[in-house]
Amino acid sequence: MNKFVKGLAMATALTASVSTFAKAEEPTKGGTLVTVLGTNVRNLNSAVQSGIVTGFPGAQLFASPLRYDDDWTPQPYLAESWEVSEDGLTVTLNLVKNAKFHDGTPLTSEDVAFSVEVIKANHPFKAMFAPVESVSTPDAHTAVLNLSKPHPALMLAMSGQLMSIIPKHIYGDGEISDVKTHARNNENVVGSGPFKLSEFKNGEHVILERFDDFFIDGRPYLDKIVMRIITDPAARAIAYENGELHMGAFESLPRIINRLKKVDGLTVTSDGYGAIGPIDWLAMNTTKGPLADVRVRKAIAYAVDKNFIHKALMQGTASDSTSGIHPDSPFYAAQEGYDLDLEKSAALLDEAGFPVKDGTRMSLTIDFGWPGVKPQVEYVKAALKKVNIDVEVRASADFPTWAKKMGMMDFDMSWDTVFNWGDPVIGVHRTYDSTNIAKGVWSNTQGYSNARVDELMGMAAVETDPAKRKELYGEFQQIIADELPVYHTNTLPYHTVYSDKVGNPPLGIWGTSTPIDMTYIKE
Amino acid sequence: MRILYAAILLLAVLVLNFSMMHLAPGDVADTISQSMGGADQELLDQIRADYGLDQPFLVQLGRYIGNVLQFDLGFSFFYNKPVTELILQRLPATLLLVFVAQILALFIGVILGVISARKPNGIASHFVTILALFGYSAPVFWTGILLLIGFSLKIQIFPVAGMRDVTIEGGFWIHFMDIARHMVLPVITLGSIFLALYSRLSRATMMEVLGSDYVRTAKAKGLSEREVVYKHALKNSLSPVITLAGLQFSAVISGAVLVEAVFSWPGLGTLAFQSIIARDTPTILGILFFSALVVIVGNLLTDLALRLVDPRVRSKG
Repeated sequence: MNKFVKGLAMATALTASVSTFAKAEEPTKGGTLVTVLGTNVRNLNSAVQSGIVTGFPGAQLFASPLRYDDDWTPQPYLAESWEVSEDGLTVTLNLVKNAKFHDGTPLTSEDVAFSVEVIKANHPFKAMFAPVESVSTPDAHTAVLNLSKPHPALMLAMSGQLMSIIPKHIYGDGEISDVKTHARNNENVVGSGPFKLSEFKNGEHVILERFDDFFIDGRPYLDKIVMRIITDPAARAIAYENGELHMGAFESLPRIINRLKKVDGLTVTSDGYGAIGPIDWLAMNTTKGPLADVRVRKAIAYAVDKNFIHKALMQGTASDSTSGIHPDSPFYAAQEGYDLDLEKSAALLDEAGFPVKDGTRMSLTIDFGWPGVKPQVEYVKAALKKVNIDVEVRASADFPTWAKKMGMMDFDMSWDTVFNWGDPVIGVHRTYDSTNIAKGVWSNTQGYSNARVDELMGMAAVETDPAKRKELYGEFQQIIADELPVYHTNTLPYHTVYSDKVGNPPLGIWGTSTPIDMTYIKE
Repeated sequence: MRILYAAILLLAVLVLNFSMMHLAPGDVADTISQSMGGADQELLDQIRADYGLDQPFLVQLGRYIGNVLQFDLGFSFFYNKPVTELILQRLPATLLLVFVAQILALFIGVILGVISARKPNGIASHFVTILALFGYSAPVFWTGILLLIGFSLKIQIFPVAGMRDVTIEGGFWIHFMDIARHMVLPVITLGSIFLALYSRLSRATMMEVLGSDYVRTAKAKGLSEREVVYKHALKNSLSPVITLAGLQFSAVISGAVLVEAVFSWPGLGTLAFQSIIARDTPTILGILFFSALVVIVGNLLTDLALRLVDPRVRSKG
C-alpha cells in the first residue's frame, strides 16, 4: 500500500472527526439564515454549471461523495468510505445507505454513474474526470470509478460543488449532453443535499428549506436559507451593517472590506478560499514582440512594484501570490519575488536589445476584462513609464470582447484573475500546458511552452504520493516564477462577512461551495 | 397608418439591434464560460451549436424575425427560459417603480413650479431652483447610496435592497406595507430626476402664462389671484409638462436601470443591463420590443391627456 492509499485509509478511519471544524459551543437548531449572492444565478444545477454563484445554492441542493476538513483531508459525505486500488486505477465509493433525494427516491450507485457521465459531457472542467473511463455499479451502494491512469486530483474533484450527484430519474429523461439546458436546472430542482429548493426568483432570491430526510441525522441546523441577490457591493455592505444580511461571501472590494472590518458585531475574514484559489496576475503574451524575450518579462516584473499593489491598491486585503498556485493550497511553494529594482529592470532591457531611443524603449498594450482592475492596469502603465516602456491601456467594452481578444491571443499584456478550483490539475495546468494554447479565455493564453513544465505537470497528474507530488509542483512553480509567462502579484481579496449571530460559518477550504449543514443562527 | 409606421419602426429596431449585437466581438458562449470559470473550445462550440450561433448571420436574423412575427420572442440563452416569461416576471416591478415615481414627481413638481412662479424671487422659488439643479445633476447611483447610508444605516427605517422581505408572513396588507416600505428610497431616487424636470418646466411655463394678456384680462375683470392661477393659468401651462411626461415614459428602461441596480430592484432595467453584459441577444431584443411598446402606449396616453387640457389639440384631431 503506498502512502497515498495509507493517507486515504487514515482519513477513512477518521470518519467520526467530521466535526473537527465545528466550534465547541452547542449549536442552535432552527432559524433562518439570510445571506446573499453577488450576481444573478443562471443555473442551480452544479453538475452542469460551474462558478461560485451556482456553487453556494448548488452545494446545498446536491450532495457530493466527499467533503474536506480544514487541513485538506477528505472526509466522508455521500461516500461513507472509499478505497483506492494499489495501482491507483480503481476508486471504490461505498455510499451511505440512507441517502434520499428530495422527492423521496433513494440515492443509488446508478445516480453516481449517471452524474459522472453528465459532468463529463457538460461541465467545463474536463480535467476533473477525463481519466474516468467508466463507473461500474456492483450493487446499489457501491460505485467503482475505473480510471485509465492514476488520478489523485479525483479526490478534490469529488468534493465541494465539483461532483454534484444528480438524480437519474429526473435528469436522465433526455440526451446526456442536453442536461445543461434541462428545465429542472432552475425549477423543481431535486438533489440529496441538506436543503431543498423552496423558491427561485430570477434576479430576486433563492430560498432553500431544510430537507428533513437528509442522510446525516440531526442536520442541517438551519430551517431556512434565504439567498438574496444583491449585485451592488455598496448596498450589500450597508445590509451587513444594518443587520439585514447575516452573512455573505466573495466580497472583494478593499475599501468595503476595510470598512466592514471596523463594524462591531461583524467578522470579516479571508479564510475559506483555499480550494477555490482565486489569484490575480499580469499576463504576458510570450509569442510575439519584445515579450517573447524572458528578459523583457523579468524587466517588467522588476519595474512593477508589488508592494504598491498590495498596500495602495489592495489596501492590505490581499496576500502575496508568487507561483500560480494559491498560497492556501498544500502544494504552494513560495518563490523569490521580483522586488522593485528599476536599475536591474533597465539593465535587463538594455541586454535584451531595447535601448532608450527618443525617450522610449518600446510600446506595449495592456488589456483588462472588467472595470474592477482598472487601477492595476493604470498602475502598470505608470510603473513601466519609469523604465521607458510606453503602455497603451486598451479598455474592452465588456467581458466577451476581452475574452475574445484573450482567446485569440490578440494582446501584449493583460490583467487576469484565474481560479485554482481545488487540485492544480483542474485549475492550474490549463494556464501553462503547451497543448492548451489559445483555446478560449483562461486557457494558456500566453502561448507559453516549456517541455519540462509539461513533463512535470504530466508526472504530478498521476503521482499518487502526496509528498512526491508536492516536490514536482515545487519545481514547476520555480520554473513558472523564473520564466514569467504571467507575473503573479496577489490573491484576489475575497472575504467572507458574517455577523455575531452566525455560528460556524463556512470557512473551510471550499467556503460556501460546500454544504452548510453545520451553520446555525444563535438565539 | 400610425400602426403601420410603428410596425415598420419596430422591425427596423429589431434588425438594427440584432445586427449591432452581432457586430460586437464575443457572444453569449463567452459569458457562459465566464460564469463557469472557463470552458474549452469544444464546449464553447457545443454551446454555440445549441443556440444556433454557429449559423450564418442572415440565417440567424431570418429565424429570429420569423419567430417574432409569430409573437415568439424566443428563448433566453443565458437564463434558459422563454424571454416573454422573463420579461413578464420583471415588468410589474419596473412599472410600479416608474409609475409611482413619475406620478409623485409630476404632482409635486407642478405644485412647486406654480408656487415658485407666483413669487419668482421668493424663498420658495430659490428652493425649487436649487432642488432642480441638485436633482438633475446628482447622479442617481450617488443619490441612491446617500439615501441608503442615511435611512438604512444611520437611521434604520428603510430596507437596503429588493422589493420585499421574504421572511415576512401575513396577509395582503402586511405585504402591501412591506413593498411600500421597500419602495420609498428607490422612488425618491428615481423621482428626484423627474421632479427636477417638472418643477423647472412648470415654473417656466407658468411664469410665461402669468405674464400673458389673457391672465391680465382675467385679473382685470376682478377674479381672485387664486382663481386666476389655478383655473386659467395652470391649465394652459400644463401642456408642455404633459408632453415632457409622455416623453419620459421612454425612461421606463433607461432611467430605471441605475436605480434598480443600486436598490437591487428586481425589474426590467436590471434584466436589460445583465442581458447586455451577457450578450443574451433574445432577451435584449425582447426588452427593446417591450420598451418600444411602452413608448408607443405612452405617446398615445400623452395625446389623450393633451386633448383633455388643450382644446386646440382637440379641434385638430
